[in-house]
Amino acid sequence: MLNIEELSRRFREELAAAQETEELEKVRIAYLGKKGSVTELLKGLKNLNGDEKREAGQRINTFKQEVQAFIQKRSAELEAARQEARLKNDPRYDISMPVDLGQGTLHPITLVQRELEEIFKSMGFTIEDYKEIVTEYECFEAVNIPKYHPARDMQDTYYLENGQVLKTHTSAAQNAILRKYGANTRAIFPGRCFRNEALDASHENTFFQMEGIMVGEDISISNLIYFMKTMLSEVFGKPITVRLRPGFFPFVEPGFELDIQCHVCGGTGCPTCKQSGWIELCPCGMIHPNVLEMAGIDSEKYSGFAFGLGLTRLAMMKYGIKDIRMLNSGSLKALEQFKVR
Amino acid sequence: MLLSMNWIQDFVDLSGLDLDQLIHKFTLGTAEVEEVYHIGADLKDVVVAQVIACEPHPNSNKLHLLQVDAGDGVYQVVCGAPNVSVGIKVPFVKEGGHAGGMDIGARPIAGVESHGMCCGEDEILVSDDHSGLMILPEDTPIGMDIKDLYEIEDTVFEVDNKSLTNRPDLWGHYGIAREFAALSGRELKPFETVSAEQFKDLPQVKVEIENKEHCLRYSCMAIENVTESVSPVNMRIRLYRCGMRAINLLADLTNYIMLELGQPMHAFDYKRVSEIEVGNMPEAFTFETLDGKERTIQPETLMIKSKGVPVAVAGIMGGYESEIVDDTNSFLLESANFDAVSVRKSSIAIGLRTDASMRYEKTLDPELTVPAIERYLYLLTQIDPGVKVISSLSEQYVKHYPEITITFDKPYVDRYTGIEISNERIEKTLKSLGFGLSREDDVFTVKVPSWRATKDISIKADIIEEITRIYGYDNFEVKTATSAIAPMQQDPRHELTTKLKDMLADHFGAHEVHTYIWNDAKRLKDIGLEAEGCLRLANSVSPDIELIRSQMVPTLLTVVDRNRTYGPRFNIFEMGSVVPRLKEDGLADEHKMLGVVFYGRKSEEMLLFFQAKVLLESIGQIIHNKSVAYQAVTKPLSWMHPYNSYQILRDGEPVGVMGVVHPKVMDKIDKKGAAVAIELDMGTLSQADIVLPTFKEPSRFPSISNDLSFIVPAETTYSTFNKMVDGLDLQDLEKVELVDIYQDPTWTDKKSVTLRFTFTSMERTLEAAEVAEAMDKLIEAGKAIGAEVKM
Repeated sequence: MLNIEELSRRFREELAAAQETEELEKVRIAYLGKKGSVTELLKGLKNLNGDEKREAGQRINTFKQEVQAFIQKRSAELEAARQEARLKNDPRYDISMPVDLGQGTLHPITLVQRELEEIFKSMGFTIEDYKEIVTEYECFEAVNIPKYHPARDMQDTYYLENGQVLKTHTSAAQNAILRKYGANTRAIFPGRCFRNEALDASHENTFFQMEGIMVGEDISISNLIYFMKTMLSEVFGKPITVRLRPGFFPFVEPGFELDIQCHVCGGTGCPTCKQSGWIELCPCGMIHPNVLEMAGIDSEKYSGFAFGLGLTRLAMMKYGIKDIRMLNSGSLKALEQFKVR
Repeated sequence: MLLSMNWIQDFVDLSGLDLDQLIHKFTLGTAEVEEVYHIGADLKDVVVAQVIACEPHPNSNKLHLLQVDAGDGVYQVVCGAPNVSVGIKVPFVKEGGHAGGMDIGARPIAGVESHGMCCGEDEILVSDDHSGLMILPEDTPIGMDIKDLYEIEDTVFEVDNKSLTNRPDLWGHYGIAREFAALSGRELKPFETVSAEQFKDLPQVKVEIENKEHCLRYSCMAIENVTESVSPVNMRIRLYRCGMRAINLLADLTNYIMLELGQPMHAFDYKRVSEIEVGNMPEAFTFETLDGKERTIQPETLMIKSKGVPVAVAGIMGGYESEIVDDTNSFLLESANFDAVSVRKSSIAIGLRTDASMRYEKTLDPELTVPAIERYLYLLTQIDPGVKVISSLSEQYVKHYPEITITFDKPYVDRYTGIEISNERIEKTLKSLGFGLSREDDVFTVKVPSWRATKDISIKADIIEEITRIYGYDNFEVKTATSAIAPMQQDPRHELTTKLKDMLADHFGAHEVHTYIWNDAKRLKDIGLEAEGCLRLANSVSPDIELIRSQMVPTLLTVVDRNRTYGPRFNIFEMGSVVPRLKEDGLADEHKMLGVVFYGRKSEEMLLFFQAKVLLESIGQIIHNKSVAYQAVTKPLSWMHPYNSYQILRDGEPVGVMGVVHPKVMDKIDKKGAAVAIELDMGTLSQADIVLPTFKEPSRFPSISNDLSFIVPAETTYSTFNKMVDGLDLQDLEKVELVDIYQDPTWTDKKSVTLRFTFTSMERTLEAAEVAEAMDKLIEAGKAIGAEVKM
């Protein structure tokens, strides 16, 4: 049976020569096909007998397995080489190419407003947009600002020819909202406010505030401090230390100025807090009984607190906007930067 | 307002307490302190010295060479002051001392060694006078430290005036001292005065109040035989530290008492003013105020007159003619109370705001007028014991404020504060602030002191503030509210606003902008538009920005114009208010609108148009699940293309407009540009019902699709095909899609519209013949609308 060794040698030569799948297939057929050399050898077994036949059968089968294994291996190699060649020819993409997001932006005021709205919604507050043009009654009398109060001076308030005013503060919505929701109210009302003043880097005649009220039975000063502390810690994303000082606003009694411990220096003093360690952030207070009564709420039974946040100021603080005039400029070079929500 | 701790301590003993900490407590309990100054703390080794020799400086014409006796030795000093002479006593800084912001050492001046420095008033912080040396009284002991001689050292703090608006009682040191007494638990000292009662038999000064509405009280007294004209140094120091300039004794004393009590006073030369009328002048006239300025006074402004001649603007400033000068020896002292609003209006009208008017504007306590005169007498007789009172206290007290009594109970305090403050603590606090108080168990009855009763305190909640601010908000235990949680309904318009903003930014690449509520006439003119609206500002700074806008788009187009250089294409939007009309009652009919502008190249105008339509359809389908309808506008707005503009309808209700921007406007912005704008009423839109999808199980059977091309006149609208198909009411027709619109270059007046018709049955697989039958019907219908139909 010398011919198996001879056959094996020839097979290896032919296998090594096959560089394409088609050539490999020809080799496979030449050895394992119906008329292939191995098949022929197996056919030849019928001419042998006994031990001779068994011995030859084993040798041929071993050789057949060898051939099968080699062809399979070679086939895998050729397939891998083919894939590799294809991948090499595939186009390569330039990750450094610029792409156009086609993404619009929300105004920075909207972004800050949204953040606050989420916080307040999670605390069970409703959100109300209110009018920008209001009556003098809504803007002043209804929030306990009497006639001839300095806040009503022509130089601060935009009066309209029909006797209405552009709302000077979001408090102008208090009466309507208290009337709408009644004695158990949790509401915030962000809105645009107007003051008749000259424009410069830190003064705008058109700016945003956000006011909030919470009214119910037994709402106390202690609740107010707790609430402000909790709410502001959410806003700044870390525990905030607050302090209250007396502050006078006609629509609250007692009224407070709320300071937060400077979030930049932590209270040791820096340029942001003008070295004082504290930043005056928002006015707040217990809603004046007159304001509740004017909205038809029994001030003997119910009490509540109100607070105001300068949305424009918060947005400027948050994004480091130095010139307030940018906000109403409509400049897309400036506004397109606020992609992140 | 600047306040001196030395002065405050005249009225309350704060010894042993840390003043800086007390001032901090004042910030937390009373009003915001903006700045604290430790004046004179760095002044060192300044003593009384006598000039014993004075010779010209060998190298200078202006300088002198002095020998100065400072008690512990005689020093050679070079001095440049013009008023130096032998014998005078002056403040002297020794070597190693500190004054005038300088460390003083021995050093050569113009070649001669100088051992120390003789001082002017500014260098030892008595005033800002830099004209020469401060000459001390002859009997001053040589070698005495200047700080022992005068009140040089002081802690002065500045309170934000705005935080005192509602506290008329805090416009003088005595009122501030009361706060410090309450905050520190110390006793407030009584105010030392001379009783005016003793002069009651002297003749009256005639006082007549013509305008009883604007003058609440007028008190005065005449005094003569004044010999002193210069105020004592310590008094001058206090005036200076509190931001006032010393003038002469009589005038300084009026200011001094104003700073003490908060009560403005005025001293008239008695030779010119010996009778008083308080009233108005019949016509506008010119008046010279004591600052030497001629001012036009309107008849509405309240004046002090004497025998018909105006002598002072009531509550604001005296007249030049009747002012006190150095040789005045008799004067009429005014202490009056005027109506706050009237003073404020006059002050605005004249354009003059003074320390007096500022105080009157706060509604001062009319009870103060007499104590102020009595205090004046007390101080004047100490300084100038020879003065003689020549009239009784003469006055008219027109309006008394009612006495205010407030009753409240402990449970009210507990409920309002949310913490426990003891009855004893409540009592102590209110008494220290000057409230009259009685208590039966838990029920308190308090009498509001006159100085808090003019406007400041009238209800229970005001009393809560008094109790809690002295208690200290820092000492509050903070607790969450216990009130029941109830769901709050949300405002549909606000919710829609949020959704649309997201949609615009995320799906339409639009940038949100903010613009003003008024038209900017100039900017509109730049793009060929006029400001439109029906409501004007009454007090705008410029006629260009006084008309409230009636629509959003024109303003947004000005924003496009200003961003021309930003890029060839961009989209912007704004949610804003407009006033298209007034309501029947004359009030503004304000609408919250969404304005959107799609901006691009002229060649892309159609794309922009349909992008706008995609937005409208998105709102219809994504937000409300209901499509919108369009109707050609009959009266195009000024910015609109007359043929490419539409009114938008929801359930037959107009909700807004959309249209191509008129080419004449685009020519101004960019000749190669095009824009399509939308304006939607957020109010109407948010009232539309949201339709929930009614789910339909998709068919399990295969669909069959066939295309048809309809060659129709070019102006045929797509809606023609919709109508055509709807009219056939074909069973199993699932959908119709537009495949293509083709216009052969040779065609001038027709186009080919290819539609794909898809048929599906819910029950079975459709037979080819059934579909063919339906297709035949479509072909027939196509012919009926004048189309040539091709399979």
